[in-house]
Amino acid sequence: MSSALDVVKAVAFLFIAVLIEVSVIGAYTPLGGTADLVLVVLISIALLRGSVFGAFAGFGAGLLIDTANLTTLGFTSLLLTLAGFWTGRYGETTARDRFHAPFLAVAVITVLYAFGTLALNAVLGEPAPADAYLSGLPATVLLNLVLTWPVYSLMRKVFPPVDVFDRVHDVRLLG
Amino acid sequence: MPRNRNARVAVLGSSVQRAAASGPSSSTRSSPTRRRLVVVGLVLLSLTLLTVSFRSSALDPAESFGASVLRPFEIAANRVARPFRDAANWTHGIFNAKSENEKLRKRNAALQREVATLEGAKQENLLLQKELHFAQGPRFPKDYDEVGARVLTSPSTLAQSVTISAGSNQGIAKEDVVITNQGLVGTVTKVLGNESQVMLITDQESNVRAVDAKSLPAVGILDHGSGATSLVLDGVGKDKSVAVGDLVITAGSQSGSKLASLYPRGIPVGFISSVSQADTDVYKQIEVQPLVDLSSLESVLVLIPKAGTK
Repeated sequence: MSSALDVVKAVAFLFIAVLIEVSVIGAYTPLGGTADLVLVVLISIALLRGSVFGAFAGFGAGLLIDTANLTTLGFTSLLLTLAGFWTGRYGETTARDRFHAPFLAVAVITVLYAFGTLALNAVLGEPAPADAYLSGLPATVLLNLVLTWPVYSLMRKVFPPVDVFDRVHDVRLLG
Repeated sequence: MPRNRNARVAVLGSSVQRAAASGPSSSTRSSPTRRRLVVVGLVLLSLTLLTVSFRSSALDPAESFGASVLRPFEIAANRVARPFRDAANWTHGIFNAKSENEKLRKRNAALQREVATLEGAKQENLLLQKELHFAQGPRFPKDYDEVGARVLTSPSTLAQSVTISAGSNQGIAKEDVVITNQGLVGTVTKVLGNESQVMLITDQESNVRAVDAKSLPAVGILDHGSGATSLVLDGVGKDKSVAVGDLVITAGSQSGSKLASLYPRGIPVGFISSVSQADTDVYKQIEVQPLVDLSSLESVLVLIPKAGTK
């Protein structure tokens, strides 16, 4: 299990990110997009702490967002759980030691998250203005990428990298 | 010189082990089975929450409790962000102040003339209504009490709704109309003990029966527009007279209609920003700019019908 301190730190950062997102950032739509701070923080944490930690962090952050917005409970949790898990797996496998990993993860997850939101809305029969949402998607990706560098740098200091990778750890050498 | 055989020489066939699950470095490493169990469990939990929350109100008390816990933090976040928001608005205002001032002066002069004309018409209207024993629905603002509430969240592109800090404990009910002192905001769609969800008039599902205040036959349905903050007045015939700059107000219920409008007559909604018509269209294409800046609401008023008026 992850250390209790990591859990406390993740809860604190995601809580603050959720508050900023639902109370402040959501109102600003430069170029038609909206920065998704929670997603960027979650991706950073999942990359640094792995898939299981990422899935739990995503579930908790989603539940907070749904509660704050009084929307259907479980909606955002489901999407962020999958986002946290997938990013964590990426961090545990091919993303290790790659400089571009957080940027690539943020760009890909932002797009998948947008389509996932629309798909889930369609399944639930909720109206979803796909045209307005998707026309703002490039701007949202751009804004999230801008946020990635400072957020990931901060998260890297708060969650110093530990060995979360699926790799060979012990090789016996021939004498 | 003998080769150093102690490092960096791996040979196929030698024993290779994954590290045991112990020590600090393995604290976040997880076995595939555990990993799958966790993600499947969380996804199932999310789906269960989603299903229960979507189909019933069984989780409302828990959501209400959670929202109450979050409320002070949301208010604090809004307070912290307020100076920055004000600074941004102030900067924006500075750049637009001169042209806006000119525009507002002209509008003010026109409105003063109009008020003088309308005052006489109002008195005449009241007199005629009295003589005809004219029956009409609840009137705004006379037949409503107002409950003030703070706006806790911002609308998103997908969900044009906000959470406000008043609920059933303050007398708010579903479908109550929400306004600011500038104009119409939306309706209450979900009510908890001390919080409510308000669907803004720019939401996909919002439909408001509205009318051009200067051309009363020009009644239509106010729908969401192409942008997140624009509205379209749909269903106004080409023969109706409508002009850019006209004020659009709520039209109230149609006389004789079995389905009453949620919105009482006379609430200002916005100004007409563009009017066009094509030969192939049945109706005029009218865009309306809301009077209220729905993206940065800070407080609202919920209209609660007085007893016996709904």
